[in-house]
Amino acid sequence: MRHVDEYRDAAAVRRLAEAIARCATRPWTIMEICGGQTHSIVRFGLDELLPRTIALVHGPGCPVCVTPVALIDAAVALAQRPEVILCSFGDMLRVPGTGDDLLTAKARGGDVRTVYSPLDAVALAGRTPGREVVFFAVGFETTAPVNALAVLQSRQLGLRNFSLLVSHVLVPPALEAILSAPDNRVQGLLAAGHVCTVMGTAEYGPLSGRHRVPMVVTGFEPVDILQGVLRCVELLETGRAEVANAYGRAVRAEGNLRAQETVRAVFEETDREWRGLGPIPRSGYALRPELRAYDAAAKFGLEPAGGREPTECIAGSILRGNRKPHECPAFGTRCTPEHPLGAPMVSGEGACAAYHRYRTREP
Amino acid sequence: MCLAVPGQILSVEGGDPLFRSGRVSFGGIVKAVNLACVPEAGPGDYVLVHAGMALGVVDEDEAAKVLGLLSELGLSRGGVVGGETQEMPSDEAR
Repeated sequence: MRHVDEYRDAAAVRRLAEAIARCATRPWTIMEICGGQTHSIVRFGLDELLPRTIALVHGPGCPVCVTPVALIDAAVALAQRPEVILCSFGDMLRVPGTGDDLLTAKARGGDVRTVYSPLDAVALAGRTPGREVVFFAVGFETTAPVNALAVLQSRQLGLRNFSLLVSHVLVPPALEAILSAPDNRVQGLLAAGHVCTVMGTAEYGPLSGRHRVPMVVTGFEPVDILQGVLRCVELLETGRAEVANAYGRAVRAEGNLRAQETVRAVFEETDREWRGLGPIPRSGYALRPELRAYDAAAKFGLEPAGGREPTECIAGSILRGNRKPHECPAFGTRCTPEHPLGAPMVSGEGACAAYHRYRTREP
Repeated sequence: MCLAVPGQILSVEGGDPLFRSGRVSFGGIVKAVNLACVPEAGPGDYVLVHAGMALGVVDEDEAAKVLGLLSELGLSRGGVVGGETQEMPSDEAR
């Protein structure tokens, strides 16, 4: 597949790993933000190609992992209403709530459907005027445009039976929280490529300067990731806290202006609770007040709050890059993808699930 | 969740800007993709697709520049890491 295969070239990967080894004279800890990058790193064993002095730690960029328990509980409650068709991306279905997950709600007769796109949920609402179609709108900036577009399409079609249960989060406020934590050990960052395809890179300059942490916009294939690491190590070694772009084919400095306009037409910034990280000010999106008719929480009188975490799960430390999955006592024993205790074991992009799938021994 | 897969636009259907869509080929598998946020994209262009919507157009000049740099470093094709790429990852929407 063009624009994919070129970036899985084994010789290129080897040479880039060698270039990183030549460049690195000191130990560095670099965090990749996005769960898709975590998955690539663990799947292809990229961290094992690097010199031992370069530590890659895994960040909070898995929206499934950071969706609060209270919102999972709200989705489960919605799925139990007879008039509701609850639509979701597939990997939300097994995320444990306080009691049930969505798959259990489905097994008990709830109409829970996996969709590929929120636009498919809009089409479903058009076809089933007697039912209420709710899309569980989870995601980062990458997913905000398509969720916003779903609302705009629904309004244009005059649909009154489509709404979003919104759990949208934003990368820069989470980075601020991680980098300003007293126990932070992240020295360099690989910024999430597709988030920047939408939003551009302007938000990262001030963050990078304030925390003296270089940030390199990075793609998802092995060559992309090692290019990002190489650029980051170069910046660290020369003491430059700057933003660099190692994913030029997908990211322009200004981002996609049309996509940003679409998002702004539908969403506004709001405080959000992150599973594992806690509340972070202005770290997510909510529907604009004039679009309340499309807000499932308002429509069905839900006030997502509370929710209980399994006590044994160390997801918070993992999402902040302070611990690795195999350091959890429950990893692979009491917590597995079939019976997850915490969200990072559920999503294909969660760090725990990636380690469980690809890493049978401790690194 | 933030995965976006590059695919080539085969054809574009006009109409309302919110519903502008195209047939996009992912290594031979063709899907309908919303093109509302890439008004500049047309047949032949590669777009990055996330959850049924194109987020951006792949910049061919930038791609060529990177591949050029790699070959300057003396890199040549030496097989594909992790075997063949999947034609269409089943979790493409993520």
